Amino acid sequence: MSALLRIEGLTIAPAVDPSRSLVNDVSLTLEAGRTTCIVGESGSGKSLTALSVMGLLPPALQRRAGRIVFQGNDLTAYTQSQLQDVRGKRIGMIFQEPMTSLNPVLNIGFQIGESLTAHLGLTGKPLKDRVRELLAQVGIPPERADSYPDELSGGQRQRVMIAMSIACEPAMLIADEPTTALDVTVQAQILSLLADLKQRMNMGMLFITHDFGVVSDIADDVVVMFRGKVVEMGPVQAILGNPQHPYTRALLDCVPDAEGKKPLKPIDYAWLNEHAA
Amino acid sequence: MSEVILSANGLTKTYRQRSGRFGFGTTLVKALDDVSIALKPGGTLAVVGESGSGKSTLARCLLQLQPLDAGEVLFEGRNLAAMSGAELRSARRHLQMVFQDPFASLNPRMKVGEIVGEGLLIHKLGSVSERRDRVMRMMERVGLSAADTHKYPHEFSGGQRQRIGIARALVLEPRVVVCDEPVSALDVSIQAQILLLLKELQAEMGLSYLFISHDLRVVRHVADDVVVMHRGRIVEQGEVAQLYADPQHEYTRNLLNSIPGHRQMAGASK
Repeated sequence: MSALLRIEGLTIAPAVDPSRSLVNDVSLTLEAGRTTCIVGESGSGKSLTALSVMGLLPPALQRRAGRIVFQGNDLTAYTQSQLQDVRGKRIGMIFQEPMTSLNPVLNIGFQIGESLTAHLGLTGKPLKDRVRELLAQVGIPPERADSYPDELSGGQRQRVMIAMSIACEPAMLIADEPTTALDVTVQAQILSLLADLKQRMNMGMLFITHDFGVVSDIADDVVVMFRGKVVEMGPVQAILGNPQHPYTRALLDCVPDAEGKKPLKPIDYAWLNEHAA
Repeated sequence: MSEVILSANGLTKTYRQRSGRFGFGTTLVKALDDVSIALKPGGTLAVVGESGSGKSTLARCLLQLQPLDAGEVLFEGRNLAAMSGAELRSARRHLQMVFQDPFASLNPRMKVGEIVGEGLLIHKLGSVSERRDRVMRMMERVGLSAADTHKYPHEFSGGQRQRIGIARALVLEPRVVVCDEPVSALDVSIQAQILLLLKELQAEMGLSYLFISHDLRVVRHVADDVVVMHRGRIVEQGEVAQLYADPQHEYTRNLLNSIPGHRQMAGASK
């Protein structure tokens, strides 16, 4: 059992226009207990790659080719009901918007408990106890289980999302820009919480972001995507310290540093196109 | 008075919030609590803080888009808070704003040329053809083409819309521009382009910026002076390099330590 997740030659295109690939021949691997970051601009295909792992692509998009092997099984051959069993139980997912991904009319205790009932058949007292335990684990007082999402701050809501995603102790966690909507101080708390949980539960984490600061904080490996293709991948020190591809270098050049020493350089797309061709 | 173009003294603003059972009770939230700032001509003053710290309220109160409870705003020595509506309108020609959300701040039913030219029309500057020329020049200056004036906002990407927002603010040749999180809705690659554009325009037109942001890395690049706000109060202010190198207040230190990418530089590996 070497790799937890292996994506091989994944290609995604709109159903109406199969020749226009949005994700083009993407391959990557993720090991248990490690974090792989997918970095790229909007439209680079990073979220689509993550969604296709869960079989959650919108109906207008189709997977044209490629295999997604999770714990030795090819998820692309799974039926919907088999996938239901994987989602939330063996793979957890955290979405970008903590404000919109929670149901406003259900209390958070119920929402965290939902997947426990569905996958593990927990009900009654054991379920309540487990929910309280999960809340404590993500740093929310357990008595807040009866609160509704609008009574919580943005950071707390994101913690609830994390509690939901780790409820069944999945082997892998997919986090799609989990901290983009949050303040820096809250972001730092959430990142260290995720790193801590990953270590404790030996999860593999697929982390999607466009922030290189976040990447350097939490990643073990980095995958850089540009217009649907992987342009560079490797260990985090190598990618950040010694980027090989011109796009990675250009992207790193536009990130302002906290010291203010580095001159900002915008991406020159014309030059990139020339060299990519 | 020559050293400061825009200053605020003792600004206070309180919001009433419904609370308690069925919202029958009210609590008072102090969004601004005795806030004083000074903006130098040609300089950039950044206001940083978390959400809810009062930085956007400060921006709105400075431009008198919201009434103040107490305090005065001096623009070139004149108190904006005491002006009549007509005086204020003419003063606003020199006080413009670039908004945070490039998707919500442009009227979807107006063509881009109309949006950018509306300020000129309101302030009755120039003839029809002069106005058109100025709009065209400004559009080209911010990196859009003359043909774009006939399009609608939805035809543009986020970065291009923010350029339209900048063109709209700068076509009036203002002296002070308040930028409320102008790049936080944009990708890093686009963010750098917009920041550089703002810097170039500042040098060309001699603008003074009040730059509101929660991103301390961006602030480090654009600001000359920084004001740190927390819960409606200014906890620390000073020259940018000094404040980053030697923060005095606990809250500022906490903010600076939260900048992502810091941990690696500190050499601590998880």
